[in-house]
Amino acid sequence: MQRDSVLGTFTVALVLCVACSLLVSGAAVGLKSIQTENRLLDKKKNVLLAAGLYDPSTPVEKAFGAVEARVVNLETGEYVDGDKIENTLDVTTYDQVKAAKDPKWSVAIPGGEDLGGIKRRERYSFVYLVKKDGALDQIVVPINGKGLWSTLYGFLALHKDLQTIRGITFYEHKETPGLGGEVDNPKWKAQWVGKRLFDEPAGKPVIQVLKGSVDPTSPNIDHQVDGLAGATITARGVENLVRYWLGDGGFGNYLEKRLQKRKASDGQ
Amino acid sequence: MASKAKEVLLNPLVNDNPITLQVLGICSALAVTTQLNTSFVMCLAVIFVLIGSNASVSLIRRFIPSSIRIIVQMTIIASLVIVVDQFLQAFAFDISKQMSVFVALIITNCIVMGRAEAFAMKNPVGLSVLDGIGNALGYSLILIIVGFFRELFGTGKLFGIEILKTTTDGGWYVANGLMLLPPSAFFIIGLLIWAIRSWKPEQVEQGA
Repeated sequence: MQRDSVLGTFTVALVLCVACSLLVSGAAVGLKSIQTENRLLDKKKNVLLAAGLYDPSTPVEKAFGAVEARVVNLETGEYVDGDKIENTLDVTTYDQVKAAKDPKWSVAIPGGEDLGGIKRRERYSFVYLVKKDGALDQIVVPINGKGLWSTLYGFLALHKDLQTIRGITFYEHKETPGLGGEVDNPKWKAQWVGKRLFDEPAGKPVIQVLKGSVDPTSPNIDHQVDGLAGATITARGVENLVRYWLGDGGFGNYLEKRLQKRKASDGQ
Repeated sequence: MASKAKEVLLNPLVNDNPITLQVLGICSALAVTTQLNTSFVMCLAVIFVLIGSNASVSLIRRFIPSSIRIIVQMTIIASLVIVVDQFLQAFAFDISKQMSVFVALIITNCIVMGRAEAFAMKNPVGLSVLDGIGNALGYSLILIIVGFFRELFGTGKLFGIEILKTTTDGGWYVANGLMLLPPSAFFIIGLLIWAIRSWKPEQVEQGA
């Protein structure tokens, strides 16, 4: 068989393709379980980071014991009971990032309301209830939206009063390191702690990421966070995505239901 | 033979460095060198891919039809890169997150392809492996130097450990934001090329 003959060429191409695909699929399949575990662990770690509970010396799984993951129907604001979402999707393996791209499990966001620039959002979302001594202490909700180059995925932790921010973190983004990437800077994230999300009494999310620093004499100081130098678009993106997800289009219904339930139980 | 092997291994370090003399692989040299951590992992990945691709291409060089040789090389390189990417995602998850797309972009690193086509297609396996190691180390050397300067002056850290206390953390050092942007790698590589060519004037291109 000649090396440069048609038959030779096809044979080499075929053998090579089979060998390479075996190599690639072998690596992908063989390592998949470890990778999935890494991703899940990374998410849990970030839930803890947002809640301010992450400590490198404690295993993530152990610290996560204080956290209860529930799935919420974003339209009704009610928890999903049982193991299945609409009798089909398993709660334990539900992947909301994937669901957001699936027409069956997501809804289109009307243009004017799409502050996060994400076009569609999932109909069901996880919320993480962080317990302290058995009682609810914080609620951590997943958030995402467009920055400059990428969609940022993260978590926001709310105090049990459902008004005060306890922490924010992003576990996936592709913003410029050193500029937009500074959303990962612990100092910047620390500023969010204690800020109040909503204006009163209207209850709209009014959190603001400024250009420059917060003026200490500003009357709105409770709602304001310093901007990121050289990353105006990322900073604006963060402001918008927080406003979107905590507003009526996102977790608004859920938070409202929580408040009503609390009022009802207080009234008794 | 021994002297040829030595030459093949050591020449790419300075005398025939893929980045500073051949000016290849610049893209990744700009992209992953903001931190030493990522530079270092990138180097390991390229060393693995370059050795693997040179060895496999050389091994089957007598069977590769010349009409499809480039695509054969690409297939081998791409497969190796995917394997590296999968391993990083499994065993160095945090770093693989930081390097994101740049691991996959090793496929388009001209050094890998260039060595396969220029060297491994014509030389026995042993020499090709040495050539792979040499070129990968030459590439790594530059990446580490660039990464060192960019991380130190851009963030005041080395391998994420604080060396110069920056003003944002209450120290004295005003971090140079330019160092974190890709153009700074151009400046550093340019200065390196200048330094090397002053030391070894035979590298200076003559003529127009």
